[in-house]
Amino acid sequence: MASVEDYGDYETAWCPGCGDFNILKALKAALANLGKSPSEVLMVSGIGQAGKLPQYLNCNFFNGLHGRTLPPATAAKLSNHELTVLAVAGDGDCYGEGGNHLIHAIRRNPDITILVHDNQIYGLTKGQASPTSERGMVSKIQREGVFNNPLNPIALAISQECSFVSRGYAGDVQHLTELLIKAIRHRGLSLVEVLQPCVTFNKLNTFKWYSNRVYKMEDGEYPLDDRVKAFERSLEWGDRIPLGIFYVNERPVLEDNHEVLKEAPLIRHKPQTEKVNGLIDGFM
Amino acid sequence: MGSVLSKSLLNSGFYVFSTQYYLSRIRGGHNTFQIRISDSELAAMGEDVDILIALDRASIDRHLGEMSDGVVIVDRDVVELDKEHDSIFHVPLLKIAKDVGGNKIYTNTVAAGAAIGLLCLSLDSLNGVLTSIFKKKGQEIIDNNLKVAKAGYDYVRENYPHGCKFNVSLPEAQEKRMLIAGNEAAGLGALAAGVQFLSAYPMTPSTGVLNYVASHAGEFGVVVEQAEDEIAALNMALGASFTGARSMVTTAGGGFCLMVEALGLAGITETPVVIFLAQRPGPATGLPTMTEQGDLLFALHAAQGEFPRCILAPGTPDECFYMMAEAFNIAEKYQIPVFVMSDQYLADSLFTCKRFDASKITVERHLLSDQELRTKHGDYRRYKFTPGGISPRALPGQEGILVCADSDEHDEFGHIDESQENRIRMMDKRMKKLELLATEMKPPKIYGSHDAKLTLIGWGSTYGPLAETVDILTKEGHSANLVHFNYIYPMPAESIHKALAKSKKKICVENNYTGQLARLLRTEAGIEMSDKILRYDGLPFTPASIVEALREKGVI
Ligand SMILES: Cc1ncc(C[n+]2csc(CCOP(=O)(O)OP(=O)(O)O)c2C)c(N)n1
Repeated sequence: MASVEDYGDYETAWCPGCGDFNILKALKAALANLGKSPSEVLMVSGIGQAGKLPQYLNCNFFNGLHGRTLPPATAAKLSNHELTVLAVAGDGDCYGEGGNHLIHAIRRNPDITILVHDNQIYGLTKGQASPTSERGMVSKIQREGVFNNPLNPIALAISQECSFVSRGYAGDVQHLTELLIKAIRHRGLSLVEVLQPCVTFNKLNTFKWYSNRVYKMEDGEYPLDDRVKAFERSLEWGDRIPLGIFYVNERPVLEDNHEVLKEAPLIRHKPQTEKVNGLIDGFM
Repeated sequence: MGSVLSKSLLNSGFYVFSTQYYLSRIRGGHNTFQIRISDSELAAMGEDVDILIALDRASIDRHLGEMSDGVVIVDRDVVELDKEHDSIFHVPLLKIAKDVGGNKIYTNTVAAGAAIGLLCLSLDSLNGVLTSIFKKKGQEIIDNNLKVAKAGYDYVRENYPHGCKFNVSLPEAQEKRMLIAGNEAAGLGALAAGVQFLSAYPMTPSTGVLNYVASHAGEFGVVVEQAEDEIAALNMALGASFTGARSMVTTAGGGFCLMVEALGLAGITETPVVIFLAQRPGPATGLPTMTEQGDLLFALHAAQGEFPRCILAPGTPDECFYMMAEAFNIAEKYQIPVFVMSDQYLADSLFTCKRFDASKITVERHLLSDQELRTKHGDYRRYKFTPGGISPRALPGQEGILVCADSDEHDEFGHIDESQENRIRMMDKRMKKLELLATEMKPPKIYGSHDAKLTLIGWGSTYGPLAETVDILTKEGHSANLVHFNYIYPMPAESIHKALAKSKKKICVENNYTGQLARLLRTEAGIEMSDKILRYDGLPFTPASIVEALREKGVI
């Protein structure tokens, strides 16, 4: 059995009090609870404070490029579907630089879990607006305040029939752990959008700001495969912000669509070089 | 019709070379399909036309000037002509198609029959090809095709003065050969090399490789993913490769522009990948359906920073086949990105080749087994410092170890380390691999005599036209040879010096504006060219065009 200790304890480059610490804690607890050993787990991340998370976790990781978390994660799963693949990204990473990949990952539906640390700001580059920043938020670039409408990732994911759509909060480790367990267990693409206060650069969306607003949706409030109800719920943002699972949709999974993956993971297939002779004959 | 005729002539025992000219649109515009045949090896187009099958006015307006003592087959009931020319020969293609086959769709087959007639060959081979390609469509379609081909053939024999024109005799029977395009050969090479994962975004002229591999993916156990863009394509290939799949991407210059970021990621994470890069004229969208060798220095320098890479450039389909497989082995041995550079000319032309020998291909993975990991690698380090710079490669999922890769500078374990000491050691480790790789790169091929006074120098797809130019020059009494590069980077400088030691005049011949190989030879091997012949109009070289350029420059 795996334990939280198996996942290590590293020194981090995060600011004291950062929401990322709690996400890391929840993730370790979830993986241990699921009994996953570190060598079974592959974390794929992009660049940003969020993207550094795999550095602080004892497991396999591929820390790639800013915004490019999902393509390598998807392909890693295709080439060895026995691995538990998680993609970790920031809101800039997943919704800004990598927005296109998110849309297409939802369409493909590989069995991976996307964990987005949404601090509504660019942390690593010191405080520019992100796709989820509130309108009016002032930064060194957005001097008159953000003009663009914030992206609603939950609504976007539901609208595209993402297989599992949820929202957690870095201020509630217990709840986030439970969400992560369900998300990782779910077969298909799971989005776990995590509200994560950035204590250094985001003076608007603080722990206090979130704590005053978030509430947990009750189990069974509506059938989770009811897309319209889920969509309605996803629009709720303001004085009250719902946490929990919004939508679950058992869609066909990308890996299952490949006949060759049925017997064994792709990487265990032997090359079929001798079959080439038959093809060569066709050119004679 | 072009490919049917090509295949028939191949089956009759000829060496066949075919190439297409088309514009970037789905229908319409001026298109040509050219076939050249010979009883000896052939890998280039000529400029004279002996038989022109003109299906529209534009074909006549544009190509009549290329006829010397040839024949233009044209259906004057369909194509209105305002000029007369000795070579024009009316064949009622449409009428025969309708009368004999019952449908105008047979027009092309009538024309093919007519062409065989003019060559004074028998119909057997054409009949064989028609029978096999229409097998799926049923006996009636086969019969109709055979009937109309014969009717076209008979029309020529009855109406052309003396019954036929060219009096071509069949070559002596030889071993059977293949007729194959560069793209198909590259796809075959990838399959033979055991490719497991291919991600790509379609772009001419590379799409043929993607299509070819995709069409056999099920049978060979390949996962083919059409990515949302080239950024995703190469990032996917890296994810798949990191986890252990033999991975490649196919693209053209414009798509490769988007891959540049991920190329650097392959560099710093030392993730093997094969990049099949089929060039076309740029910049930007350029001439989408034409040819150029304009991306060599781009491939060499793409991405920020410095890291090892390898560039291979096959010149013929058989080289595409074998080099594709070599590319995978190099990529995995050195854990680097390897380019296989082709271009539209090589990608789409049909060449006659000796049968490929798949048994010559080996699949070398350079992966640590579970056993090796247990016995030798207690604390596994993905980026272990080694004398040659190559670290042992294990895969995530192998028990008892962790595999960590990072795009940030990292230590031996893959953890971020920004210290100067570590940076220097890691850079040295990665770059060191080039030294060993350079010794594995094969020297340029020498075609013709080894101590010629005039040396033509080329790379990749220009091999055919250049080799034939050497033949022409030699026949004319010049002392000429070709030094041709397929293994481009890292350059084996010593063997290049050897190959060029005796030549007095070095003329670089390239399908680009700036002479990119010439630049590379100067910077990497310190070799200066005497002159350059450069073509950048979107078309490939013909031997005649090279000879003419040599005359113009006063070289011969
Ligand atoms: C191609 C590219 N563009 C820009 C950057 C600079 N950059 C690094 S992280 C980042 C944004 C980080 O924001 P987010 O993804 O929200 O993560 P956070 O740091 O807030 O956790 C940017 C713009 C980069 N590394 N690569």
